[in-house]
Amino acid sequence: MTPAAAPDAPLLQVGAITKTFGGFTALDNISVDIRKGERFGLIGPNGSGKTTLINCISGALRPQTGNVIFCGEDITQLPPHLRARRGIARSFQIPRPFKSMTVLENLMVGLDFAKVDSSLPEEDVAMSILTRMGLASKASAPTGTLSQVELRKMELARAMAVRPKLLISDEAMAGLSSSEVDEVLDLLISLGEEDITIIMIEHIMQAVMRFSERVMCLDAGKIIAIGAPAEVMGNKRVQEAYLGT
Amino acid sequence: MTKHRNSIVFWAGAAVFLIAVLSMTQIVRNEYPFFAGYVILQFIALAVAWSILGGYAGYVNFGTNAFFGVGVYTAVALFKATGAPLVVQIAAAAVVGMTLGFGVGLLTLRMRGIFFSIATIALAIIIETFVMNWRFVGGAAGIQIQRPPVMAPFDSYVKMLFFVQALLVVIAVSIARYIQNSRIGRGLQALRDDELAAECTGVPTLKLKLVACMISGALISAAGAPAAMYLQYADPSSAFNLSYSVSALAMALIGGTAHWIGPVLGAILLGSTQQLLAVTISSEVNVLVLGIMLVLFVVGAPKGIIGLLRPRYRLRAGGKP
Amino acid sequence: MFSMDLLLGAVVLGVLLGCFYAAVSVGLSVSFGLLDVPHVAHPAFLVLASYGVYQLNESYDIDPLLAGLAITPLFFLFGLLAYRVYYETFERRGSDAGVRGIAFFFGIAFIIEVLIILQFGVDQRSVSATYIGKSWRFGEFRIPIRQLVAFAVALALTVLLAVYLSKTFMGRAIRAVAQDEEALRLMGANPVRIKQFAFGIATAVLGIAGALLIIVAPVEPTLDRAYIGRTFCVVVMAGLGSISGTLIAAIILGVAESIVLTLFGASWAPAISFAMLLGVLAVRPQGLLGR
Repeated sequence: MTPAAAPDAPLLQVGAITKTFGGFTALDNISVDIRKGERFGLIGPNGSGKTTLINCISGALRPQTGNVIFCGEDITQLPPHLRARRGIARSFQIPRPFKSMTVLENLMVGLDFAKVDSSLPEEDVAMSILTRMGLASKASAPTGTLSQVELRKMELARAMAVRPKLLISDEAMAGLSSSEVDEVLDLLISLGEEDITIIMIEHIMQAVMRFSERVMCLDAGKIIAIGAPAEVMGNKRVQEAYLGT
Repeated sequence: MTKHRNSIVFWAGAAVFLIAVLSMTQIVRNEYPFFAGYVILQFIALAVAWSILGGYAGYVNFGTNAFFGVGVYTAVALFKATGAPLVVQIAAAAVVGMTLGFGVGLLTLRMRGIFFSIATIALAIIIETFVMNWRFVGGAAGIQIQRPPVMAPFDSYVKMLFFVQALLVVIAVSIARYIQNSRIGRGLQALRDDELAAECTGVPTLKLKLVACMISGALISAAGAPAAMYLQYADPSSAFNLSYSVSALAMALIGGTAHWIGPVLGAILLGSTQQLLAVTISSEVNVLVLGIMLVLFVVGAPKGIIGLLRPRYRLRAGGKP
Repeated sequence: MFSMDLLLGAVVLGVLLGCFYAAVSVGLSVSFGLLDVPHVAHPAFLVLASYGVYQLNESYDIDPLLAGLAITPLFFLFGLLAYRVYYETFERRGSDAGVRGIAFFFGIAFIIEVLIILQFGVDQRSVSATYIGKSWRFGEFRIPIRQLVAFAVALALTVLLAVYLSKTFMGRAIRAVAQDEEALRLMGANPVRIKQFAFGIATAVLGIAGALLIIVAPVEPTLDRAYIGRTFCVVVMAGLGSISGTLIAAIILGVAESIVLTLFGASWAPAISFAMLLGVLAVRPQGLLGR
């Protein structure tokens, strides 16, 4: 079970997890493997359980049954910060910046606590991430002054500061203009090219199609389709879930 | 490095402060300034200690009086049982305060802020009730304390207590400053802004809150420990007086909690005003002024005095040591 | 020392006391439980109401219950104002509302305490009415009539508020705003106005509750401190915002206090509510009885 022993073993294994709130079943026996380096799209109508699933992966919620295995280690019971240190980072559907800090300081939190070995001074590392994200000019701006797209990028940059193996982007493009969507999408794709596995939750279909190597569609807490993007989009149940019947 | 220079300036300042306090005890004959000064120093220590949890982490502790009273009674019980010297009393109070902080933290820091606040009030009342029913330290009636002979170089016990409290202030401030400049401070600030986001960015929020609660509790109890010697008397209702909680909270918030200097300024300003008012008018007006100032600042100047002095003041952005 | 009769007496008195605790807590159940306002000044408002009743009783010899009713509209307006200030300064600006909101109400509580001291002094104050001072005898056991009056009025008040919240349009709107503000906004209602109104109701109830407080026993300016424990204990134990839960939780507290008082003496009584509160927070922060 050591992670190094099996190079083809999935980076993340979600094993039969179920999450209920009161009488409501948000996730019903979900199993999925995410391969190392994969660009994985997660779609589904509102309330289908997408965010609950990534909350279970990132540790904000614990499922009632089932387990989450990351790099061969069972992390089901770990709190979020230990998962972050093992390489799981996320952005939030509604951005959650550290409001009393500047953009640079937001990144420093991740660098301070994620225990990344680096010979460079932390500030230089943070600046290089910001430069990648096109936010270098905003480094010393308070987060309250950022525009919507800058805030989204800042969240991704902060997630990058923990040096993730797996990055989960929760609707990072919601509410952005189409040129901004392309901007963020290009960023995510370029991150995917450097060995970071990415799960992307998105409603904007063109973005999902362009980004994903594989797509999974949830509806009412169940997987209704999983596979190549075109295949999933062509699936009748997916179309029904989206269009309503 | 400016950081390094800041440190030198800070420690030099602390040394100058202590030397000044020490020389004052040697030069000034009249005991009154030390009586009044002790109270102000005590408030500085309390406000700074409070802000480590209340300011940096954003968890409002209403139970300053619990930790203070525990400090007082740890010292009293230890002194009565063993006649231990003041230093040992203070150290013991710090240990007990830290343990208490750990317990309270574990019990309540998983919950939303308001529950923590209410729980700390509860704690104060429960401990006070126990002390009231504890015969060994005098119960509800209180206990007289006979001061031991004063040690050289001091010629009066109050002057010595004044110096000791000044030392506690320096310890409290340097710990607060250390936290503020370390990654602990950054982590606390992050979790105050957004606990879930902090946790997902790798911040061990529960651990940091516990650490803050323990340090804050230890410092408050330590600052309370000499109070029995100062008054030569201790009783539950004054040792656990809720006014310690209001004062610590109000002074820290009025001064501003983004930098350790805020609580210090707040305590000096309000502490001296209180001393003046208590002497000239009445102690009720005194508390009224404190309450009104607190509400005014909380509503009108959320970042406190330091926020007014430097409108764009932020943690770490300061050039001050 | 210990007898079954004594225990039974303690339980009966505890139930009476408990209903009274429900009446003083039910406003907090709305303001804190439903509206999520960190209203630590609730007990201070309560004691202020008692002093209002005292003043009317003392100067004009008005029956304390009528006096309580008379100040109710005043307290309603007071509540509207308090919420407006709270909303404008904290909820609307959002950031850091937690710390400052709590400190705000803490400061208000202290200001009220000191103002009462400055106006009335630190001595205990009580009211006079025909039903105060007499008691009914059942064999060895006596029930003060003032307790019975407080019990009856408290029960009526609590039930009335519960009915109001579940049966009337406004009451349902208040419950809705607690559950899903956004949905209410989409339906065209103004959640802020509803919350303000609810806070007004929660404060208005204190007029009567304050009258009960001073009927049951004399009041002093710092009495609010003991009631921080009692009211929050009841509301948290009840499960935030549950009115029927409030009644049950209050009776549990009343009986517990009454038994401890009988068995161990008065010096342990103040800690009971706080200990129960800590216990509930530690074991089941969502409340024993609630949602």
